[in-house]
Amino acid sequence: MTLKSAFISLTALVGTAPALAAPVVGRPEPGAIGFQPAATELAESVSFVHNVPLMIIITAITILVLALLVYVIVRYNKRANPEPGTFSHNVPLEVAWTVIPALILVVIAAFTFPLLYKIDQAPTTMRVDGERVPIPEDQWLSVKAQGNQWNWTYAYVDERDEEGFPLVEFTSNPLQTGLTTDTTGDPDLLYLETDYPMVVPAGRYIRYYTAASDVIHSWTVPAFGIKTDAIPGRLNQGWFKVDQPGVYYGQCSELCGKDHAFMPIEVRVVPEAQYEDWYETMKTGDWDAARAIVEDIQPLGSAQVADAAR
Amino acid sequence: MPFDEVATADGHHDHRPSLWDPRRWLFSTNHKDIGTMYLVFALIAGIVGTFLSGLIRWELAEPGIGPLTHLVYVNVEQITQQVMAASGATQEMVDAAILDERIEAAKHFYNVVITYHGLIMIFFMVMPALIGGFGNWFVPLMIGAPDMAFPRMNNISFWILPFSFTLLMLSMFVPGIAGYNGFGGGWVMYPPLSTTGHDGPAFDLVILSLHIAGISSILGAINFIVTILNMRAPGMTLNNMPLFAWSMLVTAALLVLSLPVLAGALTMLLTDRNFGSQFFNPAGGGDPVMYQHLFWFFGHPEVYIMILPAFGIISHIVSTFSKKPVFGYLGMAYAMVAIGVVGFIVWAHHMYTVGMNVDLKAYFMAATMVIAVPTGIKIFSWIATMWGGSIDFKVPMLWAIGFIFLFTVGGVTGVVLANAGVDHALHDTYYVVAHFHYVLSLGAVFGLFAGWYYWFEKMFGVKYNERIGQVHFWLMFVGSNIIFFPQHFLGLNGMPRRYVDYNPAFQTWHEISTWGYVVAVVATGVFFIGMIEAAVRRRKGEANPWGESATTLEWTLSSPPPFHQFNTLPVVKPAAH
Repeated sequence: MTLKSAFISLTALVGTAPALAAPVVGRPEPGAIGFQPAATELAESVSFVHNVPLMIIITAITILVLALLVYVIVRYNKRANPEPGTFSHNVPLEVAWTVIPALILVVIAAFTFPLLYKIDQAPTTMRVDGERVPIPEDQWLSVKAQGNQWNWTYAYVDERDEEGFPLVEFTSNPLQTGLTTDTTGDPDLLYLETDYPMVVPAGRYIRYYTAASDVIHSWTVPAFGIKTDAIPGRLNQGWFKVDQPGVYYGQCSELCGKDHAFMPIEVRVVPEAQYEDWYETMKTGDWDAARAIVEDIQPLGSAQVADAAR
Repeated sequence: MPFDEVATADGHHDHRPSLWDPRRWLFSTNHKDIGTMYLVFALIAGIVGTFLSGLIRWELAEPGIGPLTHLVYVNVEQITQQVMAASGATQEMVDAAILDERIEAAKHFYNVVITYHGLIMIFFMVMPALIGGFGNWFVPLMIGAPDMAFPRMNNISFWILPFSFTLLMLSMFVPGIAGYNGFGGGWVMYPPLSTTGHDGPAFDLVILSLHIAGISSILGAINFIVTILNMRAPGMTLNNMPLFAWSMLVTAALLVLSLPVLAGALTMLLTDRNFGSQFFNPAGGGDPVMYQHLFWFFGHPEVYIMILPAFGIISHIVSTFSKKPVFGYLGMAYAMVAIGVVGFIVWAHHMYTVGMNVDLKAYFMAATMVIAVPTGIKIFSWIATMWGGSIDFKVPMLWAIGFIFLFTVGGVTGVVLANAGVDHALHDTYYVVAHFHYVLSLGAVFGLFAGWYYWFEKMFGVKYNERIGQVHFWLMFVGSNIIFFPQHFLGLNGMPRRYVDYNPAFQTWHEISTWGYVVAVVATGVFFIGMIEAAVRRRKGEANPWGESATTLEWTLSSPPPFHQFNTLPVVKPAAH
């Protein structure tokens, strides 16, 4: 375990202290004070950069200012110091408090600039058995998420028919929209669950596109560390890679009208075999059967697929 | 800068017209009266804005859409008819249908409440109070001028504001979207939600309201720039004029340069909505992101417009109550200029997730982080002003010290957000809400109250009660921190902003935040009690209640000052070093 990943685990633990038992992954946690546990390397980096260099520096600065204020209040109040000084300059001090903050910012930038490029530029190489090799195109899967008022339409754009329409395209509706007629489900998953979630294979590179049909929405999965606006007339692009199967939730993140709070994002990350099963079933048009296939998420390395009712 | 000798000769006849003569107020050409009108206006608007934030916290205290459903109108008869028309309909079904319709209306109403809360607090509370109120009152006094350069234009700047505010409030009660009143697109008003997404007339009224408010501010800004550049008393150079005057000069420059861009963006929205233009409609060749660029080109300088006057006020107060001149005067002045200038080239840090080119994002990241340097210089200079001083903890100083600490907290979370990679996770979450409320509610507003108590006696000629002021401060300090600190946690754990309801995991911090609001409301009540007490007790105010370390020209005049002052200009001689 590298020092960095040890740090990451420690800070992630601190941020999600309430659940020292089983970590709550892919959704918010009661009483949590930090990021949701990371499911991608990107999210781990985001978490690390925030919890280590950024938090340490800003906490130190805040405590420094507080300490100086407390000192000044105690030492120089009118009872303790009846005669005020008259100085109003100290050139070395003024230079110091200009240069040192600038240097601190450079330190921060050293962490955050590489992070930005890592997030925004899809990787072209990967590490295989200790060697850097180019990522073969078949390792990439492309999915488009189109925001609508008030749901998401997912299109798997790698395979299309003669007219150019994706073979698998479906709309993912929320199960709850705050009404009395809402489907009652797991209360921990209120406003997070959908009828037909987005499904992707674990361990593969996912290229996601965002678009919108009416107003601006925003597609995000906090556990993946990504957020990209979905803007009409524009195709945005991002990437992620999740190694650990599971269910991960996000919520629309750009005000889009009445049901802005009720168009969640549900991503089920499943082993390759389970994904193939789901995808082939989706192609037949039987979305409910496909949904049943990914109801239980197989652990990694499992060759069988859930024997769901077909 | 301390002035050793000031020669003044006030006018001997002080023709102060009657308080009850409407012409005094409607046709005013007196910067002090106009300043007072701005302050009263801001107080009223602040009450409305605070009430709206109360609705927000009340709704968000618990999961479920509850309180707001009691405040919306639904056509009960129509729904009853509709449900009863189907066979097997029961009263239960009718009740459920009515409740659901209330919930749907409440969802839109929530978006309306947060939108108007933002618009009112920014355009009708903070700006009128700090710029129109304190700026008008004290810039001419501090620079030794008899009034502003354009006294009549000053009056028009004020009087179009109530019209603007009326238009805004009217818009809350006309359809925004078919069937629902009010505009619910956020104070940023992004299209297409604000264009095709809101087909009713409410948003058109909002646009017109903001056009008028913009005109008010642009005219006012012109007035400040001309006044400060041309009407300083003999001997007062730019390099020894009071820091509050400096802050108003930079603020006015930002207003004059940024507001026209907002006006352009608003006009484009108006023509897109009503005259067939396609500026922001991709189907017509337009681009919603262009609006965001235009809006934030105004929007970022706007936040500095809101805080710079507070910076000026804090400098005066810290110096007065530490009995020391401001540390590093020139650095303080140039820091404000630097913040103003750099503030114009960082706007897209509000747009990190729109799909911008990564190198462009990297530039905006770097430029945004640069602003932390001059801001830090100011924080340290204020502390250095207190260092070695003889600090008197009168109420204005309490607010000023609170400001220094809390603005630092808000500022450092701004540094976190400046970093685009981390911002992707935090954009449009409660972390952003916490950040800007720290720098605004606990920054600009603390500066506002600091100035209010500092200059209260000067403006109104009566003393405030020190004890009540202290209670106000401590309650507000505790209350506003309890409201906004937990919101950092909400944002980090993924709670999006502008959400009427939330997953129960977020309840803990939302409940605590709402309790903080209760404390802050009590604080506001104490504030009003204090004002009533001062009005009733009428303890006579002195020219300079703060002693010899209150060195700017307003303290050489009576409290309140004569109706016209400096008919003969004071001659200012900077103290020998």
